[in-house]
Amino acid sequence: MKGWMLRHVQSALFAAGRLARAPMATAFTLLVIAIALTLPSTLGLAIQSLSGITGELSGAVDVTVYFKQDVPLEKARQLATSLKQRSGIARVDLIPADEALKEFRVQSGFGAALDVLEGNPLPHALDVRPKADAADPERMESLRRYLTAWPEVELVQVDSEWVQRLNAILDLLRRLVLGTAVLLGVGVLAVVGNTIRLEIYNRRAEIEVTKLVGGSNAFVRRPFLYTGLFYGMLGALLASGLVWLALYLLDAPVARLASTYGSSFRLLLPGLRELGMLLGTGAVLGIVGAWLAAARHLARIEPRS
Amino acid sequence: MIRFDRASKRYPNGREALSSASFEIRTGEMVFLTGRSGAGKSTVLKLIALLERPSRGLVMVNGCNTAALASRRIPAFRRELGVVFQDHRLLPERSLFDNVALPLHAAHAPLKDIDKRVRAALDQVGLLDRAKSLPLELSVGEQQRVGIARAVVVKPRLLIADEPTGNLDPALSLEVMNLFRRFNDVGVTVVIATHDVEIVKASGLREIVIADGKVHDPSAEGLDLPRVEAQR
Repeated sequence: MKGWMLRHVQSALFAAGRLARAPMATAFTLLVIAIALTLPSTLGLAIQSLSGITGELSGAVDVTVYFKQDVPLEKARQLATSLKQRSGIARVDLIPADEALKEFRVQSGFGAALDVLEGNPLPHALDVRPKADAADPERMESLRRYLTAWPEVELVQVDSEWVQRLNAILDLLRRLVLGTAVLLGVGVLAVVGNTIRLEIYNRRAEIEVTKLVGGSNAFVRRPFLYTGLFYGMLGALLASGLVWLALYLLDAPVARLASTYGSSFRLLLPGLRELGMLLGTGAVLGIVGAWLAAARHLARIEPRS
Repeated sequence: MIRFDRASKRYPNGREALSSASFEIRTGEMVFLTGRSGAGKSTVLKLIALLERPSRGLVMVNGCNTAALASRRIPAFRRELGVVFQDHRLLPERSLFDNVALPLHAAHAPLKDIDKRVRAALDQVGLLDRAKSLPLELSVGEQQRVGIARAVVVKPRLLIADEPTGNLDPALSLEVMNLFRRFNDVGVTVVIATHDVEIVKASGLREIVIADGKVHDPSAEGLDLPRVEAQR
């Protein structure tokens, strides 16, 4: 077991030494990998930040329930109380028809015109504010259907279209980023695979001799897998630096832009979890890329004498 | 140790390099394969080292039918024999020590043994004090000796060599041959392909002549013939 570990350490050191001996070539490969990893990571984090504000804004979703004209105030009050018991409801305000009319008179500027009307044309109404965590589109829709089903209710108006629209846009963006991430991930595989392929052909003589003296395919492959692992991990490390730098540079302008909308929105900087995921992704891509190249090309090199 | 029974090798280009060759080399023997270049010596060695498999017939090495051995078991098979090449095939970027250690690493030998055994092998070929040198810092004869050290470091029971003296002057050739004899003295079976008739004559050892892909074994008279031949 100890010997096994030592041999792996040896292969790893050997692979690291190879990378260090060709610093320019290594640096360019790492840069390509890093850029491919940086793009989706940065966009992903930006979208995650934006998702944060839609959560914050969903508190602003209002549902207005208009009762039928003939529903008495007492009945409306009763219904308001019972609605408060429902889960996911933060607040229910009853707006009696009289007050609604008064407010309308003041705000609309049609005061004189309204005087002509006999009685109050407005119904009693409820202003319902769902809890922030219950404001997703599906639950809003089910609340709307629930309220519409009340016989006393004339109309239910959900004022959440623009939040839904933002959510839809974010959903679309998330998918685009996912697609980009998959494409660029395949790109990283190709870059690592191609680099390893060249390395394999450069070291053809060495591989032949190793096979001649009885090196198994696994033995010959091992240092290449470590090379791939290092490419992936170092590329990801460089990418985390680039992501951090990009978000750091964007942070101030974004904050300024947000403040013009009266928002205190800030971009999220990558946390340990995000960095860990980036490193893990890099490592897996590197090792898989190396494996694919090794499986394809090492078997073809058979010793001749 | 080695038995060829009507073994033939036809290459994909259609050339038959070896046709129906039968001979036997017993454990502990030291044998020369001679013949002109292209006569089929290399093919015989390739068949023994399992670089090629016979197209027809049987090649038994160390109790193993090479035609039937699964590919994944070839590395283990090769670890049982030492091979010396004419062009020695050392890795130019690595020290003598690392070159000689390569088969031990490939065999997953315990690391603490590797140092000891590499030193022993380099000592046997008289190059222990050059362990840290690179192959190109050595003379051709010395490089060939490193190749031999690499072949014997795994303590093989069978040592095969393809023209090991091909690039050496007579004095160096003799030195290298004596080295092979020393390994043979301790029980290693040695098969050497060479066109150096002088050395073969001087050695007085068994000679298997290969001409046009056919085997002539002048020393076979009086020896145990390969069984198939004996039945005729």
